[in-house]
Amino acid sequence: MKGDHHVILRVVAKALIPIIALYGFYVQFHGEYSPGGGFQAGVILAVSVILYSLVFGIAPAMRAITPGFARFIAGLGFILYIGVGVWALAMGGNFLDYDALFREEPGGHLGQHTGIIIIELGVLFAVAGSMVTIFYAFAGRVSEIRDEDW
Amino acid sequence: MTGFEGATLAIDLLNITLLTILFVVAIAIARLRSLFAIVMLSGIYSLVSATWFVALDAVDVAFTEAAVGAGISTALFLGAMVLTSRTAKAEKGATRLVPLLVVIATGAVLIYATIDLPGFGDPTSPANTGVGVAFLERTYPEIAIPNVVTAVLASYRGFDTLGEVGVVFAAGLAVTLLLGFGERSLGATVRREDRMTALKDDEEES
Repeated sequence: MKGDHHVILRVVAKALIPIIALYGFYVQFHGEYSPGGGFQAGVILAVSVILYSLVFGIAPAMRAITPGFARFIAGLGFILYIGVGVWALAMGGNFLDYDALFREEPGGHLGQHTGIIIIELGVLFAVAGSMVTIFYAFAGRVSEIRDEDW
Repeated sequence: MTGFEGATLAIDLLNITLLTILFVVAIAIARLRSLFAIVMLSGIYSLVSATWFVALDAVDVAFTEAAVGAGISTALFLGAMVLTSRTAKAEKGATRLVPLLVVIATGAVLIYATIDLPGFGDPTSPANTGVGVAFLERTYPEIAIPNVVTAVLASYRGFDTLGEVGVVFAAGLAVTLLLGFGERSLGATVRREDRMTALKDDEEES
């Protein structure tokens, strides 16, 4: 990369991408106290991957997060979400009735907390995986984005 | 005199400033022909409307708008733009007028609808007396997490959220099935190159 005039962009992006990803996890795990949750966290995590592929090229991004892995994560998230519903069904409650998860007495909150954490993880996986998949589908059709393309 | 009048004036000025910026950006988007500039301006539009949502105390909506509108859709639009041409063709004749008429008619209907809306922050409005209060009172005893929005989204309306996740997943699936062939071939190329370098390394070692 001799005579690379994107050096500032690369240096700044290299410093920012871990912070963006970390912030995504913060939004995910702090969602019960502050604004945010699985949707926003998933999008922020996906943006960190997309920023990497915009700055460093699509092929290195596909080596780091393979398209198959992104698709797998998207499906896994959806299955996790449905899984909680089926778990509640199996314990004798209604679909997605978190109170039934551990057959608690009224007033117990373990089921609610467990259910919310798992479905938020499911949302995170499904959204992040789907967004990265969509971006790969668009960006994968041109092998390398040249400067004059912008 | 509590100083509250000054605060409302400041909030009004803030709202007017943000809405003016939104208006200017929207006009610029409508008049521009360069797709790159339009994508960037729509990102700015999302960011400014997110700021405005914060001013309206809708922090969760603002967060989603900033992450989805300004973040991911700008990136996806950029990715889609690279696949097409860089400038939009200018419309001629009647096709220029019809959208303008539609926008004016819709705007007039929306402004007419605001006459019936309760005032902003009105404590007697339906939103502040009905289910809203009920959720605020019930959430902590029933679910025991401080953020009511998360409780409503993940627990009370868990089935709704399941549908939303399903929509996102289906969108990802549909895009891969329709447009994913380039991505799959590129992914295969990347894998093949990696295998070749790995083989070469093995040969050099042995």
